[in-house]
Amino acid sequence: MNRRSFMTTTAITAAALSLGLGRAAWAADPLKVAFMYVGPVGDMGWSFQHDQGRQAVEAAFGDKVITSYVENVPEGPDAERVLTQMALAGNQLIFATSFGYMDAVMNVAAKFPNVRFEHATGYKRADNVSTYDARFYEGRAVIGTIAGRMTKTNKIGYIGSFPIPEVVQGINSAFIHARKVNPAVEMKVVWAYTWFDPAKEADAAAALIAEGVDVLMQHTDSTAPQAKAQEAGIYTFGQASDMGAFAPAPRISSIIDNWGPYYVARVGAMLDGSWASNGSWEGIGAGAVGIGEISDAVPAEVKAEALALAAAIGAGTYHPFTGPLNKADGSAWLAAGQVADDGMLSGLNFFVEGITAQMPQ
Amino acid sequence: MITLVARPAPSRFWSWATPVLAVLATMLAGGGLFALLGSDPFEAIRVIFWDPLFGANAGYFRGQLFIKAGPLILIAAGLAVGFRAGIWNIGAEGQYIIGALCGAAVALAAFPAESALIFPAMVLAGAFGGWVWGMIPALLKNRFGASEILVSLMLVYVAQNLLAWAAFGPLKNPAGFGFPGSRNLQQYPSAHNAELIAGSGVHWGVVAGIAALIGTYVLMNRHIAGFRIQVAGDAPKAARFAGVAPARLVGFCLGLSGALAGLAGMFEVAGPSGQVTDSFNAGYGFTAIIVAFLGRLNPVGILLAGLLMALTYIGGDMAQLTLRLPAAAIQVFQGLLLFFLLGMDLLTNYTVQWGKARA
Repeated sequence: MNRRSFMTTTAITAAALSLGLGRAAWAADPLKVAFMYVGPVGDMGWSFQHDQGRQAVEAAFGDKVITSYVENVPEGPDAERVLTQMALAGNQLIFATSFGYMDAVMNVAAKFPNVRFEHATGYKRADNVSTYDARFYEGRAVIGTIAGRMTKTNKIGYIGSFPIPEVVQGINSAFIHARKVNPAVEMKVVWAYTWFDPAKEADAAAALIAEGVDVLMQHTDSTAPQAKAQEAGIYTFGQASDMGAFAPAPRISSIIDNWGPYYVARVGAMLDGSWASNGSWEGIGAGAVGIGEISDAVPAEVKAEALALAAAIGAGTYHPFTGPLNKADGSAWLAAGQVADDGMLSGLNFFVEGITAQMPQ
Repeated sequence: MITLVARPAPSRFWSWATPVLAVLATMLAGGGLFALLGSDPFEAIRVIFWDPLFGANAGYFRGQLFIKAGPLILIAAGLAVGFRAGIWNIGAEGQYIIGALCGAAVALAAFPAESALIFPAMVLAGAFGGWVWGMIPALLKNRFGASEILVSLMLVYVAQNLLAWAAFGPLKNPAGFGFPGSRNLQQYPSAHNAELIAGSGVHWGVVAGIAALIGTYVLMNRHIAGFRIQVAGDAPKAARFAGVAPARLVGFCLGLSGALAGLAGMFEVAGPSGQVTDSFNAGYGFTAIIVAFLGRLNPVGILLAGLLMALTYIGGDMAQLTLRLPAAAIQVFQGLLLFFLLGMDLLTNYTVQWGKARA
């Protein structure tokens, strides 16, 4: 430890101590909970769904909690300042809802040992820092099944955001289950390198449509691909939020991020004093991942098949990554009956056999 | 009938009075906006402008003011020189990104070696990267007559894609489980651009910003190059007779502003930001253009304008948190500031007369 960081630590500890002393006096006051969003709450995708979760907390606990949020916080130095602002404003539980906030959360959490932090999709934890994520690949298996049944050209398009494990899990899961019901299926992947950029997403959709894709999936948050698909007369799925405005077609179902149950559980744990640091990764079973209404454009037997798969995954009787599965280069990955463990999945950086798209390096 | 009559020379009084008036008008119009959104306008203005400076925990926020204003001032100091000569570098954001990439690349190549030479090498690399990115539009302008406005702006998007590539590729943290983003330079003592006095918010980037303001002041007022820049901006045709070589001036202005923007990016990535990520750039390069004009392209003005912009960001986040004002309202508020400033600029260059103008 050099002198500078020692002095910083001392100063911050003093600040945190004075804050800790202050809090005892407010014990009877409502619990203050803050949320930090990377996009605007009106993005109708990722940040919108997190804000739905915040509203679920307000609905569940009424005047026992006061929630607040800051939207559009870039993943850089501003994140650290906003988190500090939240802690200084007396918030005792803070949700940081984007991967890029990870180091900022760790820095601020070290300075405020009495404040609890929850970081979405990250992998660093501490006594006062939890992480949480949802098993989106479970939902991808369900919509992959629908996509495999619905394609006529046998070409499914996938707009990827970034080649990170979460997105790679989704592409693999969708492909495995599309192929299971339709062995002729091919998967075309375009990387948009953005989570939310309607113009880029529309370009990616147009490129895939030009390649003959007639069912389109996306791991980006805007509805621009839905609009492109509507023009082209092909099918899509809502992403993050239901995107029900595009139902019954082109949007034939959706994969919904549902953070409410987790947020309510964690705020409840704060109120009854049972909060402890954890790493939560829930799926369809716990309600963290929802399948939006399957529209009438989908034949009844396909709908039944998809719902049965969702039920099996939710009940824990079926895991979307069950062997035998090989990697795209032909080497063995999972033996027959073997199930991918969470360690494998959280570092997933390859496509499964049958996907011919290249993984960017 | 209102008639505008051009002043023979810009009014000195109005050139200093309009920024103050613009800030007041912004508070008035912004207050009205906040009132329409259901917030108490006086409380909103207090939360944005007063609380970060004098409210609870102001000790922390005053330091954050320097962290936020530092890069803005450093970039704006360089931009102002070019703007005075009528050379429009709109791509400081790209130069900022490239400077950060070069600086971080030096540090990550040296990791985990500890040496007092690493930080100076990063400073040089950052300035060099920004300089190169600024010289591209300069060369294209001098060689082919391409507009430096368009070229420098377009190069921002090229830089952004390079940044994404680096964050997902060569600069990715090998210990990061495949997630994007570099190692955190805050945890690498030789490369860390730490606060010089704990809690003050003052890091080397802030010092460099002040130094750049002093340097450009001396350049513009005490040096023949400053005279040439001034003449080129005020009277381009006369400038040739005063011995100004336009090509050299273009290279000097774009190179200087590029190097300073690159430095700002490097200080940011090594300090407050810490990591190269695909979204590391937070728009400082564009905001600095507003800062340069708000500060009347004058060093003291830029210092004050940088601090004011930083205040609206920090106070704006605070207003979101405590008053539940949407982020968009804060952005409109910042937009109003530029709008009123440019609008009131009219008073500097024109007198307003009622009735028919006398020739």
